[in-house]
Amino acid sequence: MTACIDREMAVQSLADGELDSMNALELEAHLQDCPGCAATLARLRAVRAKLVNAEPRYRAPEALRARIEAMIAPEAEGEPARPVRALPWFGGGAIGALAASMALLFAAPQLTSTALQDQLIAGHIRSLQASHLVDVATSDRHVVKPWFNGRVDFAPPVAELAPQGFPLVGGRLDYLDGRPVAALVYRRRLHSINLFVRPAPALASPVAATTHRDGYSLTRWVAGGLEYWAVSDIDSGDLQAFRTAFRKASGT
Amino acid sequence: MGRRAVVSGFRPRLVFSRSAPTPVAPGQAERFRLLVLPHLDAAYSYARYLARDPAAAEDIVQDAFLRAFRAFASCRGNEKAWLLTVVRNCFLDWTRTNRRAPPDIETETVDGEHPETILQRRQDAEAVRATVEALPEPFREALVLRELEELPYKDIAALTGAPIGTVMSRLARARAMLATMLLAREDEGSAA
Repeated sequence: MTACIDREMAVQSLADGELDSMNALELEAHLQDCPGCAATLARLRAVRAKLVNAEPRYRAPEALRARIEAMIAPEAEGEPARPVRALPWFGGGAIGALAASMALLFAAPQLTSTALQDQLIAGHIRSLQASHLVDVATSDRHVVKPWFNGRVDFAPPVAELAPQGFPLVGGRLDYLDGRPVAALVYRRRLHSINLFVRPAPALASPVAATTHRDGYSLTRWVAGGLEYWAVSDIDSGDLQAFRTAFRKASGT
Repeated sequence: MGRRAVVSGFRPRLVFSRSAPTPVAPGQAERFRLLVLPHLDAAYSYARYLARDPAAAEDIVQDAFLRAFRAFASCRGNEKAWLLTVVRNCFLDWTRTNRRAPPDIETETVDGEHPETILQRRQDAEAVRATVEALPEPFREALVLRELEELPYKDIAALTGAPIGTVMSRLARARAMLATMLLAREDEGSAA
C-alpha cells in the first residue's frame, strides 16, 4: 500500500519531526482513515528502527583520536588549562548598590553554577570519550539503585523511562566539587543523557531551570534535599521532557 | 583482480603542512576541545560513508580537524554541522587529489557479491553498514546525515548545497531503496 501522492513528503517530514504543528495535526487526522499513508509511516519507522538498532555509525580509531589531540595540543601551548570567562553581568559598576544587595540572592548561586556547569559538561564529555559511560550497565533500576549503596552517602531515586523514550543505560560514580556524586545514564535515540544527583548545597536555589552552554543543554531541579542536573547534547525541549518524565516517574 | 591490485597498491597520503601554524587565540584551543572534539566520531563516520575506505576516512578527518582548528574563529554556533561541512570539503579535495571517483560498489563488495547476498549472510551491524554503503550518492549522504547524524533538513541542505525540497526527495529515495533491501530480507526470513 502506498501513500497518497500529495502526502508522501509530508508523511516523511512527520516521521522526521520536521512538520509544523498545524500540518502535523491535519496529517495525523488523515492517517486515521488512510491505510496507505499509515502504512507508509509505519514502513519509514520500521526502516529507521532496523537502521538505528544496528548502530551503524563508525567510531573514530584510537590512533586517529590520538593524532588529532596531539595536533591540537602543541599549538595551544602556554595557555591556561581552563580559560577564565568574563562574567558580563558582573562588570557594570553602574548598578552598584543594587547589585551589592542583590548579590547574595542571585550572584552567589550564579557564580558557583558557572563553574559547576563547566564541571558538569566536562563530566558528560569525559563519560562519552573514555568509553566509561557506566560502571553498572543495566536497564533494571532495581540493580542500579542498590549499586550506589555504600558508594555515595545518599540514595538517588532511579526511574525507568523506556516507555517515555528515555531508556536507562546504567549508573556511574562521578565527582563534582571533589565529592562523589551519582550519575545515571539514559539514552535518547543515539544520544546519551547524564543525570548527576547530589545532596542539594545549602545555598541551592529551589528553582528548576534549563540553560545552554557550549552546545550542550543543562537542566536542574531540586527535590527531596537532592539536586539534579541533566546534561546532554539533545535539544532543550527534549531535555525538559526528560526532566518532566523523570520527576513524574520518581515522584520528585 | 588486476584492478583491485592497482587500487590497493596506490594509496596517496594527504600532505599536512605544519610549518606555519596560524596563531590560535588564547582559550580557543580549550573551546575547540570542548565543542568540536566531541564530534570526532560523527566526522569519522560521515567521512567513512562518503569515501567507503577506512584509510582515506582517517586522512580526510585528520585534514578536516587541522583546517577546522585553524578556522575555528569562523564557526558561529552549530559546531557539528560546521565541522561536517569542513569534512565534506576535505572529502571533495581527496577525490580530486586521487583523480578518480571513490571506489564503486563493484570494487568494494567481496567476490562480486550483490549487497543483498551479503545481507543474507551477515546479520550484524556490518550488514546494515554494507547496505548503507551500497546506496548510490547523493542518496547515501542524505540518509547518513539524517538518520545517523540526526541533522535537521535545513542543516543538510546548507551542508550539501541543495535546496530543502531536493534533500527531502533524496531522503525519500534512499529510504525506499533501504526498505527494499532491509525489510525484504525480513519478509523472506519470516516466510522460511
